[in-house]
Amino acid sequence: MDKEKLQKENLFFSIIEKITPIIAIIGALFIGSIVILLMGEDPIQVYKMMFGLAIGNRDGWGNVLFRATPLIFTGLAVAFAFRCGLFNIGGEGQVYVGTFLAAFVGFTFTNLPAILMIPLTIAASALGGALWAALPGFLKAKKGIHEVIITIMMNWIATSLTFYLALLYKAPPTEEMRLAGLPQMIPHTSEIAETARLPRIASLLSKINISFPSHNPLNVSFFIAVIAAILVYYILWKTSLGYEIRAVGYNSAAAEYAGISIPKNILLAMMISGALAGLVGTNEIMGYKFRWRQELFLGLGFNGIAVALLGKNHPLGVVLAAILFGTLSYGGALVNIFTAGKIPRELIMVIQAVIVILVVISDEIIKRLILRRKTE
Amino acid sequence: MFSSIINPDFFASAIRIAIPLALAGLGGVYSEKSGVVNIGLEGIMLTTAFAAVAATNFSGNVWIGILIAAIVGMLLGLIHAIVTVSFKANQIVSGVAINLFASGITVFLSWLWFHETQIMALKSLPIWGFRVPAPEEASSLIRGLIVVFAHHSPMVYISFIIIVISNILIFRTPFGLRLRSVGEYPQAADTLGVNVTKMRYIAVLISGGLAGLAGSVLSIEQAHFFVKEMSGGRGFIALAAMIFGKWTPFGTAAAALLFGIGEALAIRVQGVYTIPVQFINMIPYLLAILVLVGAIGRATAPATSGIPYEKEIS
Repeated sequence: MDKEKLQKENLFFSIIEKITPIIAIIGALFIGSIVILLMGEDPIQVYKMMFGLAIGNRDGWGNVLFRATPLIFTGLAVAFAFRCGLFNIGGEGQVYVGTFLAAFVGFTFTNLPAILMIPLTIAASALGGALWAALPGFLKAKKGIHEVIITIMMNWIATSLTFYLALLYKAPPTEEMRLAGLPQMIPHTSEIAETARLPRIASLLSKINISFPSHNPLNVSFFIAVIAAILVYYILWKTSLGYEIRAVGYNSAAAEYAGISIPKNILLAMMISGALAGLVGTNEIMGYKFRWRQELFLGLGFNGIAVALLGKNHPLGVVLAAILFGTLSYGGALVNIFTAGKIPRELIMVIQAVIVILVVISDEIIKRLILRRKTE
Repeated sequence: MFSSIINPDFFASAIRIAIPLALAGLGGVYSEKSGVVNIGLEGIMLTTAFAAVAATNFSGNVWIGILIAAIVGMLLGLIHAIVTVSFKANQIVSGVAINLFASGITVFLSWLWFHETQIMALKSLPIWGFRVPAPEEASSLIRGLIVVFAHHSPMVYISFIIIVISNILIFRTPFGLRLRSVGEYPQAADTLGVNVTKMRYIAVLISGGLAGLAGSVLSIEQAHFFVKEMSGGRGFIALAAMIFGKWTPFGTAAAALLFGIGEALAIRVQGVYTIPVQFINMIPYLLAILVLVGAIGRATAPATSGIPYEKEIS
C-alpha cells in the first residue's frame, strides 16, 4: 500500500473514532423510538416536541443550559478522575456534601460583603466535595482498595448525613408552601445571604437591553462551569501535575519507574474530582434555590458518568455532552407535561443508558477495525 | 436489656436480611472467578425486584414472579456479557450503564403499567418448616433453633442449597476448574482447549440469574412491594461481602451474614437508644467500608478479573 493511501485511511479512521458518540446518540434515539412506538405514540412527533420545545426559543435554551450546568461539573469530575485511571462514581455523595457546605456557609456568614462571600461560598462547595472524595482517594492510594465500592458507600452515607444536617438546620416552610397547604415532607435549610447569590443571566442581559425571560433559572454558574472545563484542560495538559496524573492513569508502573508518586497523584486526582462535583453548589444553591433541599440533586452524580463517557473524558466533549443531556432532560420533562404523563420522563434515563452502552461498544468496534487494518 | 436485642428472632431476621446479599454476592463470585467484574449487580437487583412484583401481580403466582426475575436477571447478565466479553468493553462502564438503565426502566415501566412508583405485591411467599411450638410444648433451645433455622420462607432454604451447590460446583468439578482457569490464566486455559468466551458467558449469565433471585427476595419476600431505588446499594454491599469472603461461596455467605447481623442490630437498636435514625441508616455502608479495609492484604482477587481476554494473533 502506498504512503498516501495509508495516510488517507488513517485520517478517515481518526475522524470515525471522534464521531462514535454521534453514532451512539443516533442509535439510542432509534431504540428510544422503538420504545415510543411500543407505547402506541408517534416517535417523530415526540422527538419533534422534545427538541422543538427545548431548543426552539430563548427560554428553552436558558433552561437547557441551566440543566447542563451541574452535569458539566459532575461530568468533569468523572473525566478528571478517569484520566488518573480512577472511577469516581461517588459524584452523588460529593454533590450532597459540597452543596450542603455551600448552603451552610451561605446562611451562616450573613454579614460579609459579596466580594468575600461569593468566593467563600464557591470555595465551600469545592471543599465539601473534595473532602468527601478524600477518604476513597486515601484508601485507594494507601491500601489499594477499589474506589468504586467505597465511593458508592460514601454516597449512601452522604445521603443520610446531609439529611440529618438538614433536619438540624431546618427552616420553616416557605410562604408558597404554606399558602398551598403543603406539609413539609423534605426538610430544607434557611436561605443563603443575598451577598452569596449569583446573578441570573436574565438580569445581566436586561442591563444591556437584550430580552430574556426573567423567570429563567440560568445563572452565572454556567460560566463558572465553562471556566472549570477550561481549567481542567489546562491542568491536565499544560501543567506538570496534569502530566503526572495522566501518566499514572496511562501506565502506573512506568510512571512509578519515572519517579512519579502514585499515591500522591491518586489522592490529588480524587480530591480535585470531588471538588469539581462539589461545585454543583454554585448552580443549585448560589444561583437557583438559595437553600439546601435534598431532592434537588438526585441522579446528578450518576448522569455525570454518562456525560463523561459520551464526552470521551475530554473537557470540551463533557460540555457538549452535558448540553445534549440538558436538552434531553428538559425536553423529556416538557413532553411528560404536554402528553399529560403518557410519556414518562424516565424514558430519557433509558435513552441515556443506551447511549452509554452504545458509546463503549462502538468505540471497541472502531478500535478493532483500526487494529485489523494495521495488521493487514 | 441485652437479651431483649440478641434473641432467636434477631438471628432469624439477620439470616433473612443476609439472603439477598449472599445471593448477589455469589453472583459476583461466579462472574469474577471467570474474570468479569460485575458492578451491574445493583441494577440487576433493582430491575428484578420490579420484575418479580410485576410478574407476580400479572400472573397471580409468586413463583412465576421469582422465575421471571431470574430470567430478567440473566438477560441483563447477557447484555453485560455481550458488551464486556464479546466487545471487550470496559467492565466497570458496562456495569454503570446497567445501573443507569435499571434506575430508568423500573420507574418508566412502573408509571406505564401501574401508574405509580410504589407497587404492592399481591401475593407473598408462604412460610416453610416447623411450626414454632408454644413455650409449654418444648424447651427454649428447641424453640430457638426452630425460629432461627426452620421457620423461613422457601427462598431461605433454596439459597442455602444454592450456596452449598455453588461451593461444590466451583471447587470440586471440572466445570469449576475451567471457570477458575479462565479467570486466573485465560491464555493457558485457551491453549488447553477451554473456550474462554463460552465460560465467561456462562459465568456472567449465572451471576445475573442469582442477582435476579436476590432482587425478587428484596421485593416479594422482604418488602412486599416495589419502590424506586429500593435496592439501596445492596448490590455493592454484596460485592464487599464477596471480597471479604475471599471470592468463595461459603466466605461470601458468611460475610453476608455479618452484614445481616449489622443491619438487624441497627433496626433493633433504634428503639432502645436515642441515636438519630440517619446514623442508624449509615451502619450497613460504614460496615462495608470497614470490612473492605479489614479484608485488604488477606484476600486476592482472581488474577485477570476486570481484564478482557484478547486472543493473541500471530
